[in-house]
Amino acid sequence: MLVFLLRRLAQSVFVLIAMMIVVFFGVYMIGNPVDILISPDATPLEVEETMARFGFDQPVHIQFLKFIGNALQGDLGRSFVHGEPAVQLILSYMPATLELALLGLIFSVMIGVPLGVYAGYKADRWQGRAIMTGSIFGFSLPNFWVGMLLILIFAVELRWLPSTGRGETVEVLGMRLSIFSADGLQYMILPALTLALYKASLVTRLARAGTQEALMQDYVKFARAKGLSETRILVVHVLKNIMIPIITVLGLELGSMIAFAVVTETVFAWPGMGKLLIDSITTLDRPVIVAYLMLTVIIFIIINFTVDVIYTLLDPRVRVRGEAT
Amino acid sequence: MSVLDVRDLQTHFFTDAGVVKAVDGVSFSLDAGEVLGLVGESGSGKSVTGFSILRLVDAPGRVVGGQINFKGQDLATLSNREMRSLRGNRIAMIFQDPMMTLNPVLRIETQMVEAVRAHHRVSHAAAKDRAIRVLARVGIPSPADRLAAYPHQFSGGMRQRVAIAIALLNGPDLIVADEPTTALDVTIQSQILAEVQELARETGTALIWITHDLAVVAGLADKVSVMYAGRIVESGPTDDVLTAPGHPYTEGLLGSIPGHGRRGERLTQIPGMAPNMARLPVGCAFAPRCHRVDETCRAKAPAITDIGPKRGLRCFHPIVETEGAA
Repeated sequence: MLVFLLRRLAQSVFVLIAMMIVVFFGVYMIGNPVDILISPDATPLEVEETMARFGFDQPVHIQFLKFIGNALQGDLGRSFVHGEPAVQLILSYMPATLELALLGLIFSVMIGVPLGVYAGYKADRWQGRAIMTGSIFGFSLPNFWVGMLLILIFAVELRWLPSTGRGETVEVLGMRLSIFSADGLQYMILPALTLALYKASLVTRLARAGTQEALMQDYVKFARAKGLSETRILVVHVLKNIMIPIITVLGLELGSMIAFAVVTETVFAWPGMGKLLIDSITTLDRPVIVAYLMLTVIIFIIINFTVDVIYTLLDPRVRVRGEAT
Repeated sequence: MSVLDVRDLQTHFFTDAGVVKAVDGVSFSLDAGEVLGLVGESGSGKSVTGFSILRLVDAPGRVVGGQINFKGQDLATLSNREMRSLRGNRIAMIFQDPMMTLNPVLRIETQMVEAVRAHHRVSHAAAKDRAIRVLARVGIPSPADRLAAYPHQFSGGMRQRVAIAIALLNGPDLIVADEPTTALDVTIQSQILAEVQELARETGTALIWITHDLAVVAGLADKVSVMYAGRIVESGPTDDVLTAPGHPYTEGLLGSIPGHGRRGERLTQIPGMAPNMARLPVGCAFAPRCHRVDETCRAKAPAITDIGPKRGLRCFHPIVETEGAA
């Protein structure tokens, strides 16, 4: 198990270095931030001074080495716009995004798994077909449109839920979170549902395929021969067997929900990282973009790692293989 | 009164290629403590017969006719809920492949306790106690510790013992065993056979042992029914059928078993292949492979005739005693 962990860690470091190179040169090529930072009618001297202050006058490979040197000390630069260290800036926006993604994940499991298992159980009946047809909408409706539709129905027409903003926050472990206050939770429901819709249809399809396959297995027939109820067969025998592919996909999807909730956050004016990224791209705030992408990589690495650990909890056979290596 | 009485059972599969009569008019009965060997090649309908008794035939299959009387009750008339309360409780089943029948992600304890609690209102601890006792009876060493294990931590033979233990948990009146020793090696097979036989005798459980192996039947069963193409072609007390087979097919099966005192002799084989169940011949299904065949056999199918005490036979040209001793 230890060897396995160390190997994973080494792989992760390699991915990080590769990402650093790609991100730095990619952002470097987008354009010169000085053009945006100072007024168009500044004198050539002022331009040169600003360039020197941020180190833009140096050749690209010097800039890169400097960037790597600072990055190794945990310094990814200061935001040109906000003047704060980029990492700190992003981290201050992160709790809002994390809690939104988490609630979205919970919604997608709560909606997707039961629907999928039921659709797999009734695969040839109209109930199963109806669920599958419905899931196509989840796949194909664009995020922003779903968000606006939900606002229209639940905020404008029914006036059940607030449409934009974050609501009341509570400080937990040094982070300001909405999820722990009833008021804040209200503000989260619509954006989280918007995020969850696509994932829920994905989970539905995975759960259906898994259920159909599991139902053909001998252990299900044997469970029936034991006289178990269909409910117990589905909820205990089938569900535990189909959770592995679902967790794999959800892990990856959680990463993309955290890193790329841009559209949803914009529609609901949710002050998360996605909104910060969009703002930083329009102002060419290089350190923030770089730091954001680096953090995204780290998030994905952590999630994949967690998923592997969950496997061993779900499937006893993986545990043995892990011990053997 | 007999525990199980199957009359003219018909189980058909409605496939795109046509209706497959997997079980076509099968009848037999079984008393308490009695062991019936149901013998036949792959695809002869013996497993489907077993699943029909438990009403566990998968679509597109369906029991379309006949009666299955279990302790005087016609199973076809029971509701799904009533049927479920019989399954695993009064009628248990053991499957062929012990690698596939236990759920790989659930502990043995979970899988045994749920089988008890599906039928009895007992505490988890009481159900666990019973599980330990039954595991010990089927020869699992230190059963209390093994309950916490997962199926993959057992060998094939041990898994099948666990499956047998699950079948025995609620002390059923009937166990349908579908080739339970086929996937095991010979030493384990004989151990398990001896144990099951003993258990059945002790508890008075009736047993249907489905197999393609006549040697297994010889040592285990009180009576035997030989199936071919969905029908029973010969049935009777095991010793009588095995020493003096009446049907050319039974004779062929016996001739293909290697044994002591037959060294150097050529094993006979039944020519041809098991028939396509979707397109059976008009007459006797065995006719294309039979060495005693004539025009009558090709024209119409023979009915069951009694040829002695408790012996039935479906053949126009049975092997008579004098030439039958194999």
